[in-house]
Amino acid sequence: MDIGFIVVQSLSGLASASALFIIASGLTLVFGVTRIVNFAHGSFYMLGAYIAVTVVPWLLEIDRSPTLFFVGVLISAIAVGVLGVLMELLLLRRLYKVPELFQLLATFGVVLMVQDAVLKIWGPVDIPGPRAPGLRHGVEILGQRFPAYELFLIVIGPAVLGLLWLLMHRTRFGILIRAATRDREMVGALGVNQAMLFTGTLFLGAALAGLGGALQIPRVSASSQMDLSIITEAFVVTVIGGMGSVPGAFLAAVLIGQLQAFGVLVFPKITLVLVFLLMAVVLVVKPWGLLGRPEAAAGRAALPEGILSIRAFGVPERIIAGLAIAAMLAVPVFGDTYMVKVATEVLIFALAAFSLNFLVGNGGIVSFGHAAYFGLGAYAAGLLVTKGGLPMEPALVAAPIAGAAFAALFGFFVVRLSGIYLAMLTLAFAQIAYAVCFQWVEVTGGDNGVVGVWPSAWASSRHVYHYVVAICAILAIIALRRVVYAPFGATLRAARDSEQRADAIGIDVRTHRWLAFTLAGGAAGLAGGLYAFSKGSIDPTLLAIPLSVDFLAMILLGGIQTVMGAVAGAAAFHTIKDIFMPLTDFWRFLLGASIIALVLIFPRGLGGAFAALRGRA
Amino acid sequence: MDDLVLDVTGLKAGYGPAEILFGVDLTLRRGEVAALMGRNGAGKSTTMKAIMGMLPPRAGRIRFAGADITGWAPYRIARAGLGYVPEDRRIFTDLTVAENLEVGRRPARGGRAPWTPERLWSFFPNLAEMRGRRASAMSGGEQQMLTIARTLMGNPDAVLLDEPSEGLAPVIVEQMAEAVLRMKEEGIAVLLSEQSLDFAAAVADRAIVIERGEIRWNGTMEALENDEQVRATWLTV
Repeated sequence: MDIGFIVVQSLSGLASASALFIIASGLTLVFGVTRIVNFAHGSFYMLGAYIAVTVVPWLLEIDRSPTLFFVGVLISAIAVGVLGVLMELLLLRRLYKVPELFQLLATFGVVLMVQDAVLKIWGPVDIPGPRAPGLRHGVEILGQRFPAYELFLIVIGPAVLGLLWLLMHRTRFGILIRAATRDREMVGALGVNQAMLFTGTLFLGAALAGLGGALQIPRVSASSQMDLSIITEAFVVTVIGGMGSVPGAFLAAVLIGQLQAFGVLVFPKITLVLVFLLMAVVLVVKPWGLLGRPEAAAGRAALPEGILSIRAFGVPERIIAGLAIAAMLAVPVFGDTYMVKVATEVLIFALAAFSLNFLVGNGGIVSFGHAAYFGLGAYAAGLLVTKGGLPMEPALVAAPIAGAAFAALFGFFVVRLSGIYLAMLTLAFAQIAYAVCFQWVEVTGGDNGVVGVWPSAWASSRHVYHYVVAICAILAIIALRRVVYAPFGATLRAARDSEQRADAIGIDVRTHRWLAFTLAGGAAGLAGGLYAFSKGSIDPTLLAIPLSVDFLAMILLGGIQTVMGAVAGAAAFHTIKDIFMPLTDFWRFLLGASIIALVLIFPRGLGGAFAALRGRA
Repeated sequence: MDDLVLDVTGLKAGYGPAEILFGVDLTLRRGEVAALMGRNGAGKSTTMKAIMGMLPPRAGRIRFAGADITGWAPYRIARAGLGYVPEDRRIFTDLTVAENLEVGRRPARGGRAPWTPERLWSFFPNLAEMRGRRASAMSGGEQQMLTIARTLMGNPDAVLLDEPSEGLAPVIVEQMAEAVLRMKEEGIAVLLSEQSLDFAAAVADRAIVIERGEIRWNGTMEALENDEQVRATWLTV
């Protein structure tokens, strides 16, 4: 390899690093002050790009000058900053005191709403941006041509870092931000109006995301998928750098940029995997990131109240459970094919959601990537049938084994962390699994997935397959429920409520959590396998973030603090989704708004409402 | 009545289901140093947090400098002129000494000369030498001085000083006592919580004794020192 090539490759890595740093610095600033991991940061980035591809060409009509190009970029950044202020005033302000899980979900609700808003305003077609006047040429470096705009990006990253440093160290606003990052309550007790500080921080953070997006338009078209792809990268950068640390974000962005630039030469297929592997390694070696520090005891719960009192089923619950099972079994007798399909899927999602709440409500382990194990189960079953030539039965045995095996592998790292870092790591592992299924086209079919995942002949009718699913899902739920009531379940709850105390009475917290993670992964894998045969195909959406969020919405709707709430939540969520999704173009908008409403108004879900009714009776 | 800077009546507060304060009544006169005394867990720190608005009062009324501040956000209470020095110091460890002071800076009220870093350097000579140093690299005693200096930067009329002598070496405790007396000289009223009778006796004019969330005794420091009975009932461990 000649030296010129290596230099250019490294420079292009630096250009990516610069862009990534600008976005991630906003995310890490906002997290540092508000302690909210803002999923919608990726949406701000996307909005920055869309506003720029609208505003910049309009300005360039007036005069094709570099100045007007950058004026347009700045206008876009400021406009996005204003949107960030709106989000702080309308939503975040109500979220500062709620558990982390709810914050993540609510800001993800904003992601969904912005996606539909962007589609409505700008349409579904990607919009290419204009190239920057004066920076359209290439520059010769050691015999290789390198785009001038990329060189400009390389300069702008450190420039933003320098400006942020000045802001943080030379202005009162910056000093207050740094103080609030350590102890915001004390900042308030010294007479600083935190509301103003938080609003200002959101402006700055969102404007940085918007700037990042607007600077991208000469390189990539504005598209409605750019929010989720950038947000996971930005999460990885902030987590590796240490959440809340701007210099850490810079360091991490440079590392990742180089890793990607050279990784693509060695392992062209799995660059995404390399990045997430780096994150996993850093978190295991330095759980708070490269330049991060352990979070000061802020006195805030990572978790909403989990399952507290577990009572055996009384007469009403027995009757309800009996009726529900009977109704599920009766659907093929009375219902049409469509109803059978919906009922089959309800059973599958009930199992997946129940296994997630086994982790969240019972174990206090907030997994933000539970769809990974669902999807890996589906892929294991689907690939064994289509590529391995096996029939359905062994494939359905393999699905939970695959889910459990990957959960055991990923869980080994996951259980070493806690709180928001744990949630981020589960998300990262889920993205690794997603990336592999997406990029390994020869085996997984890539984006299109694999079709022809059909049940064995005897189970090929929807009605019969419904009973296959019913038996597997109901038995699995009953078994998992027994685990909740068993001493193992109680031990997990003990560790959830106080890791230290559980440790002190001789409980091996990590091993218990690891086993729980593996078990839940197995159950989700079984659900995924069942789903693959129900749908007849597999594709990467089965492991993607939106499905993980669907599962979380299900358990939230059902009530995290009840044992059976997840089942009711899955039934309600999936039925509503199936009925309403075809009727509206704004399904995601409605879903996002509903998630936010759930978090703010009914944090205890359906199960909580039921328990409250019983308590009153 | 006019000489009361702080007037607390029937203050109730607690954490979640746990009630800590069951109707606390106390007053602080202008320019006075009063010691809120009591055993561990009697409710001293909770009283201060509740007055400061960091723990929402469940019942009762708090008047400060003539205004009813019950239910105000902590930042408004601080701006009204009530300073707070927490027991665990809570300095901003990532910031330098000078930056810590900057966070506390508020404009002065009522025509008094404002506190500036320069004035505070002469007040706490140790701090002057380390103004550019990160607060995390300071000793416990230096950090304690910094939290007081930081609160003074807000130009308060009164200061709640939570356990200023706790965990400090005797020589530093002496400097703390001196600092409290100099604050009094500057006309700042101080309500300090204390377990040590020696420290309270050295600085306070008046003692207020709290036990299990209620005020049990109130009188001059001298009277407390002479009343074996009161000390044995409410203070001695």
